[in-house]
Amino acid sequence: MNGFLYELRKAPLTAKFGCVVVVAYILVAIFAPVLAPFGESEVVGYEYQPWSTDNWLGTDSLGRDMATRMIYGARNTIGIALLTTMIAFLAGSIAGFFAAVLQGWVDQLLSRAVDVVISIPTLIFALLLLTIFGASVTSLIGVIALIYATFVYRIARAVAMGIVVMDYVEAAQVRGEGLWWIMRKEILPNAAPPLVAEFGLRFCFVFLTISGLSFLGLGIQPPAADWGSMVRENASLITFGDLTPLIPAAAIGLLTVAVNFIVDWMLHKASGLKT
Amino acid sequence: MTDTNTPLLTMQNLQIEGLSEDCWKPIVKGVNLSLGKGEVLGLIGESGAGKSTIGLGAMGYVRDGCRFSGGRVHFDGIELTGADRDTRRNLRSTRIAYVAQSAAASFNPAFKLINQHTEFLVRRGLMSREEARKDAIELYRQLQLPNPEEIGFRYPHQVSGGQLQRAMTAMAMACRPDLIIFDEPTTALDVTTQIEVLAAIRNIVEEFGTSAIYITHDLAVVAQMADRIMVLRHGEEVEAADTATMLAAPQQEYTKSLWAVRSFKSAEKAPVAADSVPVVALRGVTAQYPSMQTPVLNDVSIEFHAGRTVAVVGESGSGKSTTARSLMGLLPPVQGDMLLNGAPLSPSFRKRSKDELQAVQMIYQMADTALNPKQRIHDIIGRPMTYYRGLKGRQLTEEIRALLDDIELEPDQYINRLPSELSGGQKQRIGIARALAAGPKLVICDEVTSALDQLVAEGILRLLDKLQHEHNLAYMFITHDISTVRAIADEVVVMQHGKIVEQGPKAQIFSPPFQPYTDLLLSSVPEMDPSWLNRVLAERVAKSA
Repeated sequence: MNGFLYELRKAPLTAKFGCVVVVAYILVAIFAPVLAPFGESEVVGYEYQPWSTDNWLGTDSLGRDMATRMIYGARNTIGIALLTTMIAFLAGSIAGFFAAVLQGWVDQLLSRAVDVVISIPTLIFALLLLTIFGASVTSLIGVIALIYATFVYRIARAVAMGIVVMDYVEAAQVRGEGLWWIMRKEILPNAAPPLVAEFGLRFCFVFLTISGLSFLGLGIQPPAADWGSMVRENASLITFGDLTPLIPAAAIGLLTVAVNFIVDWMLHKASGLKT
Repeated sequence: MTDTNTPLLTMQNLQIEGLSEDCWKPIVKGVNLSLGKGEVLGLIGESGAGKSTIGLGAMGYVRDGCRFSGGRVHFDGIELTGADRDTRRNLRSTRIAYVAQSAAASFNPAFKLINQHTEFLVRRGLMSREEARKDAIELYRQLQLPNPEEIGFRYPHQVSGGQLQRAMTAMAMACRPDLIIFDEPTTALDVTTQIEVLAAIRNIVEEFGTSAIYITHDLAVVAQMADRIMVLRHGEEVEAADTATMLAAPQQEYTKSLWAVRSFKSAEKAPVAADSVPVVALRGVTAQYPSMQTPVLNDVSIEFHAGRTVAVVGESGSGKSTTARSLMGLLPPVQGDMLLNGAPLSPSFRKRSKDELQAVQMIYQMADTALNPKQRIHDIIGRPMTYYRGLKGRQLTEEIRALLDDIELEPDQYINRLPSELSGGQKQRIGIARALAAGPKLVICDEVTSALDQLVAEGILRLLDKLQHEHNLAYMFITHDISTVRAIADEVVVMQHGKIVEQGPKAQIFSPPFQPYTDLLLSSVPEMDPSWLNRVLAERVAKSA
């Protein structure tokens, strides 16, 4: 832990900024019920009320408090994106390591299957699957995790391929170690730095995809608050010169930028460059 | 040839620092040096002595994460440490050239040799493409490359390592530089190839009267090449003198210890008893990679007896390491048998029982890639103990500590370290410990000392010898270094093209009459005598005539 704080202290300003923003988002997400002045889907007034002391950001198309929904939106959007990314990484990394260690037909089978999925445009594929399985949070997580697991698979496999040829992996194989042990003890610790950096980057994409799907009405379903659908529901306000619908969009943008700053820093460290 | 009156290159109190763990640490601590026109200076020392850093410093260059922190480098009146980028760049391609250790890593694999050779000459406007090509072919001829007309039109992977190293020397010569820096140009080569490259380099340097800095850790090589030798340690000069004086009468203790290396010799052992069953035996083993037409191993039979060392020698590609891989079960033989204590041993490691796997252990050449960088010493050594011998908890820790004591590393200090926190020699000791931790019968040592400095390598050999006595181990010792074989072998196997050329007790192999190939190998090993290269070349000419 001390090592981490030490690293953080000499991190570039952009990375520090990124960390502060991400920590703030996480705190808001965790303490949403404490911070929010109203309930998540509580109707507190008329539709489209302007900013006031009671409703800091006004109300939305149904008369719910925008600030409250922004706070709860952090919880839903980030929580689901995080869960989805984690599932994608778990599945993708295991499959990727598996292919790299076993090679031969296992590798061929997995890699070609992944090629097929990747060859279909992400958004169209997601729309298709969500239409088939219905737009619920579970199927949303499953579909996005599946799609992103394919990208993770390719990275995990490539990284693991470089590790598998190392003598220490051969030594473990010749010792008689099982597949799981080799993946967990020999490959994973060495593949972790690039995968962690990739995690940050993929999290952004997942987050944006979910927001995009919500904007299209196929993502997180009402009455749960999330930033993507908040942009959609209040989009018409733009025509009246009200910037409120841009606030959830800005929240999405800020988090993406912050995570990317952190990822850049981690990638730079993982690459071993000194300057 | 040598004209030291007007120095071409001088370094005054040169200091270079490197960034490590966020603080600047000195790498070169005030080195003074002066190199005359046409003079060849040998820089010698262990790894980490600052040889390469000084070599690059002579071009006004420092590696990423390093900086000049003091002193001056003058090249023909031009100050280099403070010079701007363009001045240094212009010098580098026209008057100073550099030959790197690994030619294979330094050539671009996607372009033909001659195009890489002529590229900068044409771009700098020094020659037209036609002239440059003609000149390249001329240089190839002078460096005694086969088919000089044609060889330049091959890709780097289509020529051998020794040829590639000579092609790189030709490239360095292209602009007829005043100074060439050779950074361990023959270290990665076989002895039989090394001798050709050494001869070629020496001839061309003499021909053009080029000054050179020749960096190496091999004393016998530097004795052939250099007019003067400077011994370095920890970034400082230990001593410098002309070659003859330095070889005959080194002044400093450290230099003497370098000179005295390879004093180690294992005790003579009685011949194997006629009725003794070998621990492991290969009987007529032939092995082949599925993708290849011809076998890589052909009818190889070797016996390994407890407490004895079989040294397997030969150039790269002779099948030494392949034999080891077959023994380990990584390349199952297509023909022949492998026996463990007289009982058949499964060809593939996947089919071997734990006992069979335990019996044969391997120590790798590159300790860097053989140890998982993310595992602590405790886990690296402890895992085979747990896996094969079921040791756990307190008992495991005690065994690990005992083993660390055995390999002469202080347990309290090292048990929780990562491999990156160890020196090269210490890593190799951990590699040895991991093999021992399994409780093996036969240990395969694959070039275990070739990546190490001579003093460190000697320590490893002593350790291996001690452990052999303590645990009655059989060793298969793969090496291309004849002096190592002389030091530790009981039996010697000479391999070439996947076949055994000659095998027998050490005394028999190393005394006349020699097999022609064994003779070639033995006579290619550099000796400390500065006239050795001339003598051997003359002998070979006489023999072929």
